[in-house]
Amino acid sequence: MTDRLLIEESAVNAPAPGAEALPPADPPPQAPARSQWRDIWRQFRNHRGAMLALVLFVAILLFVGLGPLVWTIDPGFVDIRARNQGFSAAHPLGTDQLGRDMLARLMAGGQVSLAVGLTAMAVALTLGSLIGISSGYFRRLDAPLMRLTELFLALPLLPLLLLMVTLFREPLGRAMGPAGGTFLLIVSAIGITSWMQTARILRGEVLGLKEREFILAAQSIGTPAPRMILRHVLPNVISPIVVAATLGIATAIITESALSFLGLGFPPDFPTWGRLLYDAVDQMQMYPWRVVLPGLLISLTVLSVNYIGDGLRDAMDPRIRGR
Amino acid sequence: MLSFALRRLLLAVPTLLFISLVIFLLLEASPGDPLGDVPLTVPPEVKERMREALGLGQAWYIRYVLWLKQFFWVEPLYWFDRAFGTGFSEGMQRIISFQSRSPVFDVIAERLPQTLTVVGMSYLVGVMIALPIGIISAYRQYSWFDQIGTFISMVGFSLPTFFTGVVLIIVFGIKLQWFPSIYDTTHRVTDWDSFVVQLRQMAMPVTVLALYNAAQISRFMRASMLDNLRQDYVRTARAKGLSERVVVLKHVLRNSLIPVVTVIALGLPAVFGGAIITEQVFKVNGLGQLLILAIHANDMPMVMTLTFIFAVLIVGFTLIADLLYGVLDPRIRYD
Repeated sequence: MTDRLLIEESAVNAPAPGAEALPPADPPPQAPARSQWRDIWRQFRNHRGAMLALVLFVAILLFVGLGPLVWTIDPGFVDIRARNQGFSAAHPLGTDQLGRDMLARLMAGGQVSLAVGLTAMAVALTLGSLIGISSGYFRRLDAPLMRLTELFLALPLLPLLLLMVTLFREPLGRAMGPAGGTFLLIVSAIGITSWMQTARILRGEVLGLKEREFILAAQSIGTPAPRMILRHVLPNVISPIVVAATLGIATAIITESALSFLGLGFPPDFPTWGRLLYDAVDQMQMYPWRVVLPGLLISLTVLSVNYIGDGLRDAMDPRIRGR
Repeated sequence: MLSFALRRLLLAVPTLLFISLVIFLLLEASPGDPLGDVPLTVPPEVKERMREALGLGQAWYIRYVLWLKQFFWVEPLYWFDRAFGTGFSEGMQRIISFQSRSPVFDVIAERLPQTLTVVGMSYLVGVMIALPIGIISAYRQYSWFDQIGTFISMVGFSLPTFFTGVVLIIVFGIKLQWFPSIYDTTHRVTDWDSFVVQLRQMAMPVTVLALYNAAQISRFMRASMLDNLRQDYVRTARAKGLSERVVVLKHVLRNSLIPVVTVIALGLPAVFGGAIITEQVFKVNGLGQLLILAIHANDMPMVMTLTFIFAVLIVGFTLIADLLYGVLDPRIRYD
């Protein structure tokens, strides 16, 4: 599949010597790449669970992203006379122990949780691809980088995360404001502790790729290493990266909620789903819904993201594709 | 094989030393002060002496080497003395917790049984559930059993333990009142009735952790069985006229268990980490809860020792998993 693609691509790029001088706005080279993605999409649509999950995930994104535009109550507005209310027209999901609207808080919390998940995934993915690809591509870097990966895999991650967050929350909060500091800290802590699997998978892929003829061909015409990686290696390992990305979002959201649940996440007036759950646990005998709703949103998000990852993996696996 | 094991063991030593240094430096960089709770009326010179009594007066590298000596030399000697009644460790300083002023390892020894019963039991239950589900799911791929099984394992894999735990407490602890929602560690099992009480209080935390572990292991088991069921030797075995039972449970299962066993070994230390949250939910005062309390109290020796023990567990079980792979699968050669 990828071979044919590359042949077509190089056929299009055939006037290579003058290629740099050509205007970049050349539509034909785009065509084969798009058909590969369309192929994956067609396969992905056949995976019923993954499609359902995609719809659910988009719905959650809309709820969190566009919801606050429709439901305009301030999530931090304290209405002490309306506290601990059940479901009603004024507050569809009730209010918390300070009379803050739960629906608005769930939307605001979701924004933070999803933002943390996406950013932490991006950090982990960048680190993982950088380390994985360079250790697979450059033989001299392979041994030290793999030792580093093994070292990180041997670290007790959850205790270290707890440690990092407790130790550096206050100084960072003082330097950058409580919300921004915590966000930066949690995102970088999760990112630094979850890149290893991506790096290992990518290294394996790149090692296999390096034996292929088109790499040899590209080397023989003197392609410099950076362009080699960006043009020839990266497009061919994009599918494991995409799968790792979806799974990365899921673990990042769970980790952030776990930290919040242990009371080590964001400050209390800055809701995330994990924090909302943690705040509600004290009164769960009387108001179980306040625990269940944020937990349900976390679980649904993670479940849908995992299913999407499953569907993507199936759709991108050339051995299964076309079945 | 032996030389491989030795080489890996030797490699584990610098790894562990480096990890301990990382943890130590992380703690060293922390702005928290173990004397933060001392009343302000205590004069500064007394505070300085208290600081020295805690061993905080020296430079960090001296304290690091001292900790290494206490962990790798004094503590083993002490436990050797305890076991054989000798007196090698007399007059030596053991690792002392800032919080309780008692030796860290005594506190850990107090907490260990709780963690081991709950976590160990849940891992056992999880494996016992996961293996049959994985086998049947793979053998009857795309059947309704497989569909339900994969869905449940996906759910179990995705639901965070703090959510399943809390939901179980709400449903079975509060609404139905079947199980106690708080784990009572002072409970002693003496007769049948107290054993039943113990079973009831273990039911919920064990279920939560077992569901999570079973979900992961059954996914591996299913994938591994599916890989092996498509192999040629299975067709050969069937062509020889062996019964399905022998083909699946002897030929395929044995080969599929190889990667699963290593996954089980690799998962064990992670269970200790994951148990931190479950212990917090059900108020089990095990190692995870000890770690969180110690972090909040800036109890540096306790945090350092506990985190390092987790690291030792991870490195040790990774080594065991690698060796097991070689022992179980003769196709793998280490040279």
